Amino acid sequence: MIDSILNIIEPAQLAFPEPVEASIIAPYLFVSAAMFAIGLIGFLTRKNMIIMFLCTELMFQAAGLALIAFGRHHLGADGQTFVIFVLCVAAAEAAMALALVVLLFRHRESLGASAWKELNG
Amino acid sequence: MMTSSLINSFTSSIATLAPDAAGHAAHAEPGAIAAGPNWVLLIPFLPFAAFTLNALYAAFGVKSKLPAWTTVATLAGSFLATLAMFMNFDGTPYTVQAFEWFNLHYGDKSFVANFSFYIDTLTIYWMLFVTGLATLIALYASEYMSHDVGQGYNRFFAAFALFVVSMACLVMGDNLLMLYLGWEGVGLCSYLLIGYFYKKPSAVAAAKKAFIVNRIGDLGLALGVYLTFVHFGTVQYAELFSNETLQSYIAAASHGDFGSIPGEAQWIALLLMIGAFGKSAQFPLYVWLPDAMEGPTPVSALIHAATMVTAGIYLIARMYPVFIVSENALPIVAWIGTITAFLAATIGMAQFDIKRIMAYSTVSQLGYMFAGLGFLTPTGGAYHVLTHAFFKALLFLCCGAVMHGFAGQLDLRKLSGLWKVPGWRIVSIGMLIGCINLAGVPFTAGYFSKDTILAEAFVTPGYAFLGWVLLLTAGMTAYYTFRVFFRVFVGPVEYHPGDELHDHDHDHGHGEEHHHDAGQHGDHHANHFHPHAPGWAINTVLIILTGCSILATGLYFVGGDKDAHTKHYADTMVSESSASYHSHYGTHAFEYYEKDPEHYPEPGHGPRGSIDKALSMPITGGDPHKMMYYISGVIGVIGIALAFLLHYQGRTKASECKMDAIAKRFGPIPRWAENKWYVDEFYHAIFVKPLRIISHVFHWVDKLLVDGIVNVFGFLPRVFAWIIRPSQSGVLQGYAVSMAGGLAIILFVVLVIVARAGGAS
Repeated sequence: MIDSILNIIEPAQLAFPEPVEASIIAPYLFVSAAMFAIGLIGFLTRKNMIIMFLCTELMFQAAGLALIAFGRHHLGADGQTFVIFVLCVAAAEAAMALALVVLLFRHRESLGASAWKELNG
Repeated sequence: MMTSSLINSFTSSIATLAPDAAGHAAHAEPGAIAAGPNWVLLIPFLPFAAFTLNALYAAFGVKSKLPAWTTVATLAGSFLATLAMFMNFDGTPYTVQAFEWFNLHYGDKSFVANFSFYIDTLTIYWMLFVTGLATLIALYASEYMSHDVGQGYNRFFAAFALFVVSMACLVMGDNLLMLYLGWEGVGLCSYLLIGYFYKKPSAVAAAKKAFIVNRIGDLGLALGVYLTFVHFGTVQYAELFSNETLQSYIAAASHGDFGSIPGEAQWIALLLMIGAFGKSAQFPLYVWLPDAMEGPTPVSALIHAATMVTAGIYLIARMYPVFIVSENALPIVAWIGTITAFLAATIGMAQFDIKRIMAYSTVSQLGYMFAGLGFLTPTGGAYHVLTHAFFKALLFLCCGAVMHGFAGQLDLRKLSGLWKVPGWRIVSIGMLIGCINLAGVPFTAGYFSKDTILAEAFVTPGYAFLGWVLLLTAGMTAYYTFRVFFRVFVGPVEYHPGDELHDHDHDHGHGEEHHHDAGQHGDHHANHFHPHAPGWAINTVLIILTGCSILATGLYFVGGDKDAHTKHYADTMVSESSASYHSHYGTHAFEYYEKDPEHYPEPGHGPRGSIDKALSMPITGGDPHKMMYYISGVIGVIGIALAFLLHYQGRTKASECKMDAIAKRFGPIPRWAENKWYVDEFYHAIFVKPLRIISHVFHWVDKLLVDGIVNVFGFLPRVFAWIIRPSQSGVLQGYAVSMAGGLAIILFVVLVIVARAGGAS
């Protein structure tokens, strides 16, 4: 199984600095799409705010993976640069979001998002 | 009211006017008018200093009689400066500039209205009694207002000083804009002082009424000043009176040729006249003056009897050259003056409040002054202003002393026999002197000044009817004046305190338990209520004013100028100013005609009402000027005799007299007169009510239409928000679904477009 994975990874690395075929990066995009879908579904279905937060992180990383894959395909540094930014933002956001979750928990003694339903229009 | 025949006769009377109109101003070329000594500026600026100081006293909360002494001292200084100005005056008008105010030049035109003062005999004449009376009345007020020492006292004297400043601007200003400034200033001070007792609703209403009614007149004045500038290109007296256009109009008017004078120029006088009617309380704008008696009595005496209300007469006298070129202005002035004099006298006869009687008497006497101006005798008008200023101020101050001493009691049915009450002799004598002047008892100042006007009514063609009305009014004046005297000052001693008893009793250490009118007998009351006899300040002022009123008679015999054909002081002062108009029917004309028929004036020069005709008094015959001495004297005495019979003889109580029975025979008329002929109610019905209804209509238009449009714009977003608000459910996942769904839709659309585009290429 590892070999088959390596077989996928290798051509992408070995061909550098030549551009790679779209079919080479397709598995990366599948993984990215799968991660995003898992994250989205997790975000929509779970009620625990910490889990929901983790799901958003998952979606972030899915987007990052897609960016790197496309960057490899186009042989540009943009995608990777962007990912660095995304990581920075995600780190900052994690610090803040977790603090918010702690605060919200203190108010309602609950991590459920539905505890804050009264903030409706 | 104005029949064409009257206008024609008036026209012909002007036709024989000697056009030495503005003769004295004429030799003062614009710009060439001499500059006078600067100390003249003390006259307006000393009271201004008093105003500033009094305002500072108010700011620092002074609680003493300091403001009164400051005011009295500065006003006395101002009076002395006026006296010096009179002594030093050599007959040539001059100006004194304080500072530049408006000095605009554009193209070959200019608008110049500096803060400067024009000094001629008319100015001096007016300022002498304004500052003199203001000084005396300030001294009187120092005692009269003493119950209010503190903020009220400071406020009173600040407004009082400001009034004198404004009056000085009005009378001394060298242009119409200064006059307007002073005009508004005196209006403001009048408003402030009428509303002095601002906690009393009636005083507040009276102050507002005075201000609003004056607005109507002031609009006329403002338009008149504006039209003067538009037509003659100047608002400065010296330039205006020497203006060639105006001179040509005067020449045309002296030939009766009013057709050649543009209507625009004739309108100036009519507009200024409206202003004069407002300020001087003439019909139909007189209603504010009786109500103005809500103010403290010194204010009534100074502002609403002696000085401010004569501003209208001053305006017309000052602008006489402009009035003479208007065909209808002076006849209207004569008619309105007569109507006012008569109407106010009828109301005055039926009032019971002695201060109100004096107020209506003031309106009535102002009517005489206006009639005098209209009868082409500015001398008569101005002379009556002077004599009236003294005796009416005296009468008001006596009423004030009564009001002050009897706890606000002014009802003549509740006061009687003050002559015999200890401490009231000076007030009673002052009242008697004032009354004989007002009634026109022979050889009093009021008799001579009123006669000048009455005689002129019979001399000037077309006004004989008005002359008879004014003679009747003179009889009524004598009656109502002495009605007050015989009811209040003589007869059995009896008095009931007014409703301010509580305040005044603190001075005497009494409680307030004596409010009720326990008995009818005066002695009984005297045991409980001690009237508060006037102190030295009030008595001094009353003595001085009594003396002035007596001495004013002497003015009829001194100060004449043979060369200028003037007879007495007032005549000289008026005739050497812009108000100088020698009618060929005038007093002087007859005297000089008798002495020298060849020379002055030319007999038969006028188309109608030639000398021969006018020399004859209707019914009695003879020269009206001579006949009037007898006729008006007799009428005055008849009025007094009637008052004596009906209000004094056989009266044993304060509240009842023979007149009560006679009044009943007249049916409802005395009651109508007591209710002022319902003029206020009439104005209320035809002006106030409709305006109020219209204002309600506009209120609803504003509320429904204007506010409605604004509210619709506020309402629409709320409706929109109400529609989309449920989407904010508060469920976090719901938001996420819509985000994801929305993104999916956008993605789908983009993909479709890309696919289409790919397919097309």
